[in-house]
Amino acid sequence: MRDLRKFSGSEWTLDDLLEIEQICGRHAERYALDTFPNQMEVITSEQMLDGYVSGGLPVNYGHWSFGKHFLIENARYRSGENSLAYEIVINTSPCIAFLMEGNSLAMQALVIPHACYGHNSFSKGNYLFRQWTQPDAILDYMIFARNYIADCEERYGLDKVEQTLDALHALRDQGLDKYKRPSKLDSRKERAEQAKRLFAAQETMRQAEYYSLMPQAAKPDAAMPLALNPEENLLYFIEKHAPKLEPWQRELARIVRKIAQYFYPQRQTQVMNEGWATFWHHRLINDMYEAGQIDAGILLECMHSHTNVIRQPEYSGLNPYALGFAAWNEIKRVCENPTDEDREYLPNIAGKDWLETFHDTMQNYRDESFLLQFLTPKLVRDFKLMAIQTSEGLDHWAVTETAGTDSFKSVRSQLSACYRLEASMPEISVVRYEIDTDRKLVLHHQGYNGKVLLEDQAKQALKHLRWLWGFDVSLETIDQKGSTVKTY
Amino acid sequence: MTSVIVDRRLQKGKSTANRQRVLKRLDGALKAQVDKLLARNKLRDTDSGAEVTIQRKDTAEPRLILEPSSGASTRIIPGNDKYRIGDKIQGGSQGQGRGGGQGSGDGQSEEEDTFRFALSREEYLSLLFDDLELPALVKKDLLEIDETRFRRGGVQRYGTPGTVCVTRTFKASIGRRIAAEAQHAEALDEAEAALAEAEEAGDPALIRDAALALDELRRRGGDIPFLDPVDLRHRSLIEVQSPCTAAVMFCLMDVSSSMDEERKDLAKRFFTLLYLFLSRKYKKVEIVFIRHTDEAQEVDEDTFFNGTRAGSTKVLSALEKMNEIIASRFPASSYNIFGAQASDGDSFGNDSTDSSAYLRSRLLPVSRYFVYAEVGTTAGQSATSLWDAYRGIDNEHFNMATVSARNEVYPALAKLFQREH
Repeated sequence: MRDLRKFSGSEWTLDDLLEIEQICGRHAERYALDTFPNQMEVITSEQMLDGYVSGGLPVNYGHWSFGKHFLIENARYRSGENSLAYEIVINTSPCIAFLMEGNSLAMQALVIPHACYGHNSFSKGNYLFRQWTQPDAILDYMIFARNYIADCEERYGLDKVEQTLDALHALRDQGLDKYKRPSKLDSRKERAEQAKRLFAAQETMRQAEYYSLMPQAAKPDAAMPLALNPEENLLYFIEKHAPKLEPWQRELARIVRKIAQYFYPQRQTQVMNEGWATFWHHRLINDMYEAGQIDAGILLECMHSHTNVIRQPEYSGLNPYALGFAAWNEIKRVCENPTDEDREYLPNIAGKDWLETFHDTMQNYRDESFLLQFLTPKLVRDFKLMAIQTSEGLDHWAVTETAGTDSFKSVRSQLSACYRLEASMPEISVVRYEIDTDRKLVLHHQGYNGKVLLEDQAKQALKHLRWLWGFDVSLETIDQKGSTVKTY
Repeated sequence: MTSVIVDRRLQKGKSTANRQRVLKRLDGALKAQVDKLLARNKLRDTDSGAEVTIQRKDTAEPRLILEPSSGASTRIIPGNDKYRIGDKIQGGSQGQGRGGGQGSGDGQSEEEDTFRFALSREEYLSLLFDDLELPALVKKDLLEIDETRFRRGGVQRYGTPGTVCVTRTFKASIGRRIAAEAQHAEALDEAEAALAEAEEAGDPALIRDAALALDELRRRGGDIPFLDPVDLRHRSLIEVQSPCTAAVMFCLMDVSSSMDEERKDLAKRFFTLLYLFLSRKYKKVEIVFIRHTDEAQEVDEDTFFNGTRAGSTKVLSALEKMNEIIASRFPASSYNIFGAQASDGDSFGNDSTDSSAYLRSRLLPVSRYFVYAEVGTTAGQSATSLWDAYRGIDNEHFNMATVSARNEVYPALAKLFQREH
């Protein structure tokens, strides 16, 4: 592959970036990396901070919490506590990658394969993303959401909208469909449907007044099958059933949960995704160097940064970049040069074609299953992993496993369990709705391993929920046997 | 596959709208801070904005999340090179905040209780003024930055129809027409001479040509335009800086035992506003702090507001000191001299009358403006001796007001500084 110039130095122009992206593209083709079209945007550091707090979405509705997080991140950045990420990339089509203006040429040369080919291909190929997000519809939807909320602010007042959004945000993590497939985002359809829903709501109110004078017919029991089929999506339940919400508030609930849904796959694939992107930036940078397209100075700077990114401090949290990069490299090694140990523990991929395995894995797994399937004993030894346990009330951790071959399976399953959704997100569902009596709502939190909810926050969040619901709401943590452990 | 690159650097950040929202939400907490800041900051610092600290609970976003130290927990930790199975590590369920954010959370660390951020000057000033209940008009006035003025200076050839200078345009057109006519007259002469030659030569073709040319010239003679775009002249404006005027403000404060914290706070607010007001009109404001009990001394800002002295009150000492400093360092010819005195009005014996006389005879003649703010008394209460004595001064360079609560500081200032100044 001959190219006209060799990149060197630290200055860059917009054309340079385009050229680098094209070069990467040609290299990436050899590895069959399938990507959405790329749109790179050069931004200032302030805009980067903006992006952090709004989840990377270039368009978002206005809310004070975004302002607050901006201030926090800004303060941290200015005090040197956090350095800014070099890039933010969101899975939309076209795939938008934000590049900071302060990056040197080498940094941009690193960021472009990482974001535009690494993350891009991952979000196009991975099953969770395919199933739960529509990259080509999300931006339109955000614009629709922003305009609608701004409209509501004008009509109903800033305070009321802010109060509603505050309450909805508190329940954001419980506004997800985890097991049902969500309906597709479509902003045009959304607008049309919205108009219909608002009209229907008005009609219902008119009719309700009319019918209140008539003898009561049997009411449709909206919540009957709950006992058999608890509703896990609180925001959905509120949107459909909250007795006292205005139609526009229901629309807001809908918006908040649709956006939360959009980010749902990202939480479950963080290790895989970052590892994938890191692997590919490492690979493509080396390819570019070997093709004579970047000089040694740039390569060194990239490798220096790369090393920082995958740094894993001891006795601390696991760096997803480090873990992911190591995991993918292990897969490649096992494909190309399996040892006996590898053949014993990963027989399905030992000796297979690495590129095929890569694509297959990327498309069909998420962090939990990825680690369960592909963690190697060598990685456990390299990282010197150990498992520690404690229980409530104990003042120490007990070491239960260390990195040795006989503990491998246990370490692997425990590590994989850490990335399970329930490890960080509590399972809360609506189990009863007293529709005929006092309209009380009963929620159960399934407490695994004796876990309960953080009390202060739960109480505050419950207040928000009560405000939205309009009637009494009770929340309890129940254990495996079904008995109540804690009430909030 | 086509790729696109977009440069968004020039676009405004989105954070401004959300920033305003969070400031509005933090209103109460910020105002409380601003009060404390005022007590702590040096006077000059108020000009450049301020750092505030906000408790996280003021901006809490509660969530339904797990209590990490409840129940049983398992962690996988890397880098182990010393522990073995069965070892115990200190920490347990109490110390679970650190050491391992695994799992797929989005890493919102709630570890710190507070966060700090900086308010810009405008934001700080508007918060400050908010508390003082300024009428909106004046608030805007004080916050706006001084612009340079324009004065007329000459003409230029480009501009808008509104700036056309008619007389100069006509002058230019006259000049052009004279030149054009002269040119035309020359051409006519030439043509006539040509015709005469042709007639002499007797060639009918030549004669005809020459005659035609002459006719044409004569016809076109009237076509010199009266006004042409090239004549247009516009008034030009030259930017001029407002002249740099130096001012000195003397802050005289009574620090005798009768001035308590509340009175001192009122005095400080008064002086802060005064300083901001002055620095708007003049590029450089020097401040001289004089505090007095029964004797006066010039001090720095810290001592001025925080030092305590016990003693009786002798206002005259401060006025004499002010005069002394004017004479030695601030000649009235080069400086606009301002004076501001804050006191609770309690003074002994003849001090009040002596001070009043001194003020009238020695200081007011050289000052641009002198104000007296009595802190701690409400108008309508029985007047203090100082108030009584000053009341007798009838001079347009002198004014006085009472300040008994925070929200009266601005009205007092407004009363003391009417638009004319």
